[in-house]
Amino acid sequence: MNSLFERIIRLRWWILIFLAIIAFTIFAGDFRQDPTTAILAATLRHSTPLVLGALCGMLCERSGVINIGIEGQMLMSAFVGFTVTAATSSLYLGVAAGLACGMLMGAALGGLTVSLQGDQIIAGTVLNIFALGLTSFLYTPGETIHSKTPRINVGPLADIPVIGKIFFANQPITYVSLLLVAVIWYSLFKTTWGLRTRAIGEHPSAAETVGVSVAKMRYLNLIIGGGIAGLAGAYLSLEAVGSFERGMTNGKGFVALAVMIFGRWNPVGAWGAALLFGYTNAIQTQFQFRGWLTGHPQFIGMIPFIVTIVVLAGFVGRARPPAAIGQPYTRE
Amino acid sequence: MKILRSALVPIIAVVLALLAGALLIQLSGSSPREAYSALFEGSFVGWERFGTTLEKATPLIMGGLAVAFAFKGGLFNIGGQGQLLFGALIAGAAGYGFTGLPWIIHMPLALLLGAAAGAAWGAIPGVLKATRGAHEVITTIMLNFVAANMAEWLCTKVWRKPGDILVRTPMIEGSAEIPTFGNIPLGFLIAVAFAFGMWYLLQKTTFGFEVRSVGLNPNAASYAGISTKRIVILTMAISGFLAGIGGSIETLGVLGRYEPGFNAGLGFDGITIALLARTNPIAVIPSAVLIASMDASASLMQFKAGVAPEITDVIEALILLFVATPIIVRWFFKSRQGEEISFGANWGSS
Repeated sequence: MNSLFERIIRLRWWILIFLAIIAFTIFAGDFRQDPTTAILAATLRHSTPLVLGALCGMLCERSGVINIGIEGQMLMSAFVGFTVTAATSSLYLGVAAGLACGMLMGAALGGLTVSLQGDQIIAGTVLNIFALGLTSFLYTPGETIHSKTPRINVGPLADIPVIGKIFFANQPITYVSLLLVAVIWYSLFKTTWGLRTRAIGEHPSAAETVGVSVAKMRYLNLIIGGGIAGLAGAYLSLEAVGSFERGMTNGKGFVALAVMIFGRWNPVGAWGAALLFGYTNAIQTQFQFRGWLTGHPQFIGMIPFIVTIVVLAGFVGRARPPAAIGQPYTRE
Repeated sequence: MKILRSALVPIIAVVLALLAGALLIQLSGSSPREAYSALFEGSFVGWERFGTTLEKATPLIMGGLAVAFAFKGGLFNIGGQGQLLFGALIAGAAGYGFTGLPWIIHMPLALLLGAAAGAAWGAIPGVLKATRGAHEVITTIMLNFVAANMAEWLCTKVWRKPGDILVRTPMIEGSAEIPTFGNIPLGFLIAVAFAFGMWYLLQKTTFGFEVRSVGLNPNAASYAGISTKRIVILTMAISGFLAGIGGSIETLGVLGRYEPGFNAGLGFDGITIALLARTNPIAVIPSAVLIASMDASASLMQFKAGVAPEITDVIEALILLFVATPIIVRWFFKSRQGEEISFGANWGSS
């Protein structure tokens, strides 16, 4: 009981911010149930690619590899997923293809950083530029798919007022992202695999002395992480928009990195951070709806990017990244 | 001999990229031979086309110099796009806003105001890095998006010509224009001068030595009494200044006004060019001309060989991939590994 109370005291600012956001949302929703629910549901939807991207970045960084290339991994997967769906008219094949493409991009990052021991930041940038160039070249404008991934209601849970609409009436990748937050949290902190992953990110040579293969574990994490970024890409083209556009990731891969840092390299923290960023997107629509600041839409469009910068500037110093991050590992 | 040796890696990277590009063109059902001869013809055959190539090379040189300068100081500036944009925008505003000035004052004034805007925009991530430890890779890319929104707002609310439906500034005064001599644009010569100026600054001045020291080993540099914070902020500001000049020249010498979208991809091209030049300011010039020749001839390639113009984006990405692939570098530079700068070294911590 006492520790719960202490926890609440420790998190008091976050709880206050959370309550303030809810209060503002109800106000922005004109004190009616439907718009308020809509804003919160949109928050969850907008947070999906961000939390997936952050989970990707987290797996990579926890194992000691910076992944600046999330943006490129997402974009490439969005394109591949879309193209496969356009060719086979199967959404699920498309999502699977996006996932596979992400894993391949993860392996490519591993090749550049683990096997060839290149600079991790440059390797990630290469992925970004490469994805942008290749997708622009291969994309034929006018290609379409006829549907998006369908909304699935979770039985009677979807009928609960407010909560049901927010959490239990979503599209598949959004459910998967929620599941992944739990799975990755458990894997990172409660399994041998997680312990090893964290060990090679903190002190690779110590991990190697007790028989953990640093290279193998880094590859594994980069490939799994890439797959998760691939899901984020598939979300963008197949779940959110239902088409592909050049450069459609629009900086989300970088925002995801800020989400990861804000969440202190912890899946649950990242989920909370992603919701905050998703909220800055979701509230924009409501601003337009209520006619607030409509004369200056550009300032509303800036919000997510400015929040990212503020978060980085305000929190980076206080959150500690894995110690061995950014350095190629050479066995001695 | 030394020059030849350092040129080897970039040349191999370009050749490999062109070969891979040829494969891609073949696969997409066109003839690589036709495409590449169109590439050459479209950029270098005839004075007029050569002039266009130089014109397109100008912002690329400045973008490449901006990235290269930050590299020297151990910083990775991927926000060249936003800094170019701000330079172009402010130069455009100064170009039409001041009237009645003689060319000798108006043109340099607009150019420098644009450069100052780029420097200010570049200094923000520098300050955030030096004081708060925010990594410049994320802050610079975020500022690109902020800059695009800000420019749109300024163009619609502040500087739009009444009745103009497009989001852009009015045409600049004749007294702010950067002229073209025959087919050689003066802007290109300005960019070349900046390349040599940057070489001098880095190699022959104390400040340049400090920048390079911080880039190679910030701990050693600060132990030696160099204020790393000051150098980080100044490096980013100068990097932004160089990009801002690129934007100014584009507005004052090519487009005659600020128009959004002119800078698409320029920031990323700057990275390719800087790495292709191995961060040597003089080598940035031929690297930029090479990339510009692809941009200049993309439409001719489409017309003559039926290749989508975006193929040049792919080839540029391939060049970057090969030039940044460490194994190629290591084959030829076994002895020089100690000089590598690591950008991940201070990731996420101040």
